[in-house]
Amino acid sequence: MAAKPKLHYFRGRGRMESVRWLLAAAGVEFEEEFLETREQYEKLQKDGRLLFGQVPLVEIDGMELTQTRAILSYLAAKYNLYGKDLKERVRIDMYTDGTLDLMMMVAVGAFKPPAEKEETSAKTRYFPVFEKILKDHGEDFLVGNKFSWADIQLLEAILLVEELDASVLSDFPLLKAFKTRISNIPTIKKFLQPGSQRKPPPDSHYVAVVREILQF
Amino acid sequence: MELWSLLWGGGGCSLLGPPSSAGRSVPAFKQLAQPRSWPAGAEQRRSQDFLGNQETAIMAGKPTLHYFDGRGRMEAIRWLLAAAGVEFEEKYIATPEDLDKLRNDGRLMFGQVPMVEIDGMELVQTRAILNYIASKHNLYGKDLKERALIDMYIEGMADLNEMIIIFPIHPPGEKEAKLALIKEKTTNRYFPAFEKVLKSHGQDYLVGNRLSRADIHLVELIYNAEELLPGVTASFPLLKALKTRISNLPNVKKFLQPGSQRKPPMNPKSLEQAKKIFRLP
Repeated sequence: MAAKPKLHYFRGRGRMESVRWLLAAAGVEFEEEFLETREQYEKLQKDGRLLFGQVPLVEIDGMELTQTRAILSYLAAKYNLYGKDLKERVRIDMYTDGTLDLMMMVAVGAFKPPAEKEETSAKTRYFPVFEKILKDHGEDFLVGNKFSWADIQLLEAILLVEELDASVLSDFPLLKAFKTRISNIPTIKKFLQPGSQRKPPPDSHYVAVVREILQF
Repeated sequence: MELWSLLWGGGGCSLLGPPSSAGRSVPAFKQLAQPRSWPAGAEQRRSQDFLGNQETAIMAGKPTLHYFDGRGRMEAIRWLLAAAGVEFEEKYIATPEDLDKLRNDGRLMFGQVPMVEIDGMELVQTRAILNYIASKHNLYGKDLKERALIDMYIEGMADLNEMIIIFPIHPPGEKEAKLALIKEKTTNRYFPAFEKVLKSHGQDYLVGNRLSRADIHLVELIYNAEELLPGVTASFPLLKALKTRISNLPNVKKFLQPGSQRKPPMNPKSLEQAKKIFRLP
């Protein structure tokens, strides 16, 4: 039996959360080793396990993968969540890239003064695009009438932005329906329940731990 | 929003115009274009260019790149196409109105460039475009594991390249510090990582003993780093050798010669123009 993937990261969302979502949605059990001290982090680096000295790190299939997008692409392909051909794949890439841009802005937002409004970007640049995509084909999933990484990434982004602005979907009825539909997929439903490996929004303690470990 | 994302994203400008009823096979906003009026001379010149280039491009099936006349985020795409021996057309965004038109015509999915017309699609998002081209031209490894390694390497390269792309845009007071940071990351984090990869297998290419996009992107990065930090590759003999080897591949050699579609580094004039196009202060 194959060993479970093992995630190395802080005990929080950050850049690893999308990886947790994808694994959970694919029904893949995984382990986590949480970075809690500077020493642990330095050990990973000294042991040469972090190609560019950074986390996320995922041990999977005999590899030590870093770089969030590399990890996500590998998992999407491995678990058949990357479309059926190159043209579907490029659409998934476009959608996930856009969504990840939005989410990276939100993720680093926790470390900044509360000046910027990422939820505005969501409302004006990103969500209208996805609403239109769903409207144009009238299907349940974003690409190829089949559940893919793009759907998982979009749901994650929607929930993330809703935490900043609960009414952000008020002008997007199809996204609202999409959110309900994808949330009800059994593996995702399970992940959304308390006790799962989903992490809570960053709080000041989390920010402090990360700053201490990464020394910034 | 960060200055960098303002530049390439084109600011906080929202996707303008009502959704289209005319569908495209690609998920882009497209609306029945209401042409703007601009000076007659310009329009004529533009439509000549447009028809000339577009007809040729369509007939030849060449990709068409939409960007301003400079490196930015499109340069990696130019390198990859050139290395793959793919001829391509370019339509330059020269004014803010040019960018507006692309947006109003619903051709930019997230209101941003780069945009590449290829195989009947209008692709956006640099990574998506690069992934597509690499896959199509067999420059993405032979299997999923090779692809994962390539992805890991090129994502690291993209992080460093990002700093280099943005460098010209920083105000003069910040430049020294930013340059020091780029130097530090290049010499302590990124170049050592790739030198180590090459050393570990002793092969001519980064992944799978075969040319892949990873080699192309790395060599582009080496050239970019050397422009900012002359001699930075001196203590990385394997990277130097890779650079020489890849530069001598016929397609790359051609691209490196004057008269190719490779773009020069940004200068104060081109920076001013880029700021105008993206309506930056």
